[in-house]
Amino acid sequence: MSDGEKKHDASSVNADTTKDQASGLTPGEVELARPGGPAEPEVVGVRHGMFGATQGADTTGYSGLVRPILVAGASERPYGGYFDEIADNLERGLVGGTASYAEAVDRVVVDRGEMTIHIRREHLLAVARALRDDASLRFEIVTGVSGVHYPNRTGEELHAVYHFLSITHGGRRVRIEVSCPDDDRHIPSIVSVYPANDWHERETWDMFGIEFDGHPALTRILMPDDWPGHPQRKDYPLGGIPVEYKGATIPPPDQRRSYN
Amino acid sequence: MSTHTEFTQTEVPEPGANDVYATSVADEQASEGAHVFNAAGGDWNDLVDEATSLGEERIVVNMGPQHPSTHGVLRLILEIDGETVTEARAGIGYLHTGIEKNMEYRTWVQGVTFCTRMDYLTPMFQEAAYCLAIEKLLGITDQIPERASVIRVLMMEMTRISSHLICLGTGGMEMGATTVMTVSFRERERLLRVIEMVTGLRMNNAYIRPGGVAQDLPPGCIDALREMIPEVRRGLGELEALLNENPILKGRTVDVGVLNLAGCMALGITGPVLRSTGLPHDLRKLDPYCGYETYDFEVKTRTSMDAYGRLRIRIDEMYESLKIIEQATDRLQADEGPVMVADKKIAWPAQLALGSDGLGNSLDHIREIMGTSMESLIHHFKLVTEGFRVPAGQAYVAIESPKGELGCHIVSDGGTRPYRAHFRDPSFNNLQAVAAMCEGSQIADVIVAVASIDPVMGGVDR
Repeated sequence: MSDGEKKHDASSVNADTTKDQASGLTPGEVELARPGGPAEPEVVGVRHGMFGATQGADTTGYSGLVRPILVAGASERPYGGYFDEIADNLERGLVGGTASYAEAVDRVVVDRGEMTIHIRREHLLAVARALRDDASLRFEIVTGVSGVHYPNRTGEELHAVYHFLSITHGGRRVRIEVSCPDDDRHIPSIVSVYPANDWHERETWDMFGIEFDGHPALTRILMPDDWPGHPQRKDYPLGGIPVEYKGATIPPPDQRRSYN
Repeated sequence: MSTHTEFTQTEVPEPGANDVYATSVADEQASEGAHVFNAAGGDWNDLVDEATSLGEERIVVNMGPQHPSTHGVLRLILEIDGETVTEARAGIGYLHTGIEKNMEYRTWVQGVTFCTRMDYLTPMFQEAAYCLAIEKLLGITDQIPERASVIRVLMMEMTRISSHLICLGTGGMEMGATTVMTVSFRERERLLRVIEMVTGLRMNNAYIRPGGVAQDLPPGCIDALREMIPEVRRGLGELEALLNENPILKGRTVDVGVLNLAGCMALGITGPVLRSTGLPHDLRKLDPYCGYETYDFEVKTRTSMDAYGRLRIRIDEMYESLKIIEQATDRLQADEGPVMVADKKIAWPAQLALGSDGLGNSLDHIREIMGTSMESLIHHFKLVTEGFRVPAGQAYVAIESPKGELGCHIVSDGGTRPYRAHFRDPSFNNLQAVAAMCEGSQIADVIVAVASIDPVMGGVDR
């Protein structure tokens, strides 16, 4: 998503895919964009050129190539497997709480055999409580939170991705994804429900700068206390020094020629 | 005191918004008025006298980060009252090397050499979790050759034993039992010799690759495995005879570092610590990968919830791992086959071979790309420098590492490099249990409790 613009016209993308190879899509992406495929794909950016080289002039002859970056979009029921059951039980588990299922859930994405429930951030705590406490859901363990920074997705630059595991229900897994804009980096903490997430949230704060509201002690955990910046963000450089070897200089990894 | 006043006279920059390295106000407030004892140099009796005269019973001690029994650079902040620990906190981050960030700047295949260095005692597990996640994103999970999966299982189980042996060995040494360490390391060498024979390296192997493994087993490997298995089994017997009913060891470990099932669930603890509460949770059974459902082995549990139970579980698990290794060896001996996915757009083009100057690209391959086929050369060059593309999306794969659930969450933007790679290291999560296990116990028990978690800071800090 390096130099992509947000939201391409999705219909033109689908028209392109009929041309197969001419569209520049990989077979996997063609499969994703196929009508009646797993889900209507969402365009999250575009990729220019054949090799994604950004340094110097593009001499490949493919510099005019523009390809959309497709990810699985919102899925329609039935989701398949135990995913429908999870959605039903979550809907029931949220009844009587602070938010209904329709209010809390932004969309559900089923992709590659994994279920992702996108939750609106203000309702995360209610969803987490339902996931843990409802006997039909009973996700005992949250295996941490992983931050992802998408600088080009305006209004939802920072994502927090939680993975839940239910041992009671034979190893069911569900992914909860929450996003927040970069200028309001607040997501409620779920440490009060899942104490195990304590260090994981501190790590995500440390690395991405997402503030988990309600966390008992949101301090840096991996970087020194006085470190400026949040290293895993895409606008934070990798750093490194050029290495000289026999008169030639090898630039640091983030400044080398790369193909993406 | 005099030195303190001196410092205030000199020019100290005002802690302001511009000074990014300023200590926080909270830190200064917390330490204000507190008496700091410095144990560097001087007569210790003076220190004792000073402490006695103050009548302060509450003492905060830093154990680590450079303490031999903290498994690397773990810092334990202990508040002690006499010999009793009233509060225990773990400080981590001293070994943070930014591996996850670095992976975002290398190709998918290069990522293997990075993640293998996270938990350096279980390199195969990070590689396996990472590769399984990539394969899930690529949608080629079903195309991984059978033989590659068997080799992965073989390597993972050998690594599991070597990791458990380190846990027991260093754990024993921390309690003052050097023999446990020498026996453990002797047995570990047997495993490492075979791992080195297969991968060329004792650790940081980068052997499991997206699509399969780097190369097939070398000639003579099956014989080496057959020779190694009974020897290790005998060594484990020796270890058992030394430890299981040893009154000194039991005195140090029984009812130490107790954490019950509710505590484990709340803190997300997995691995031997969870199994010591009696819950037979093992991802190899619960959610099998790499064909673990086809192997005959048991999940070992105990119900004592203490360090002794965890130690016994680790010993029992090593026997189970040996059983899996035997079965994998049989399968590898019975069948030949490819060890890399058939898709040439993903499979690493070169096969390695042992030359007179060490392990390198096989001469056959060099001859082909340099001498006979221009297309092969282009293909090799493109795949090695540019790498393959992975369709955009995200995947999470969890496997059972010796320490618990090792998860790998990777995000692709459709490019040749990971957009984000995150590892849920079991040690990182399990270290959160230090407070629950240690508070209220003796200082000596802290060592045992931490050893029973078996944290490796390379994995914790990444």
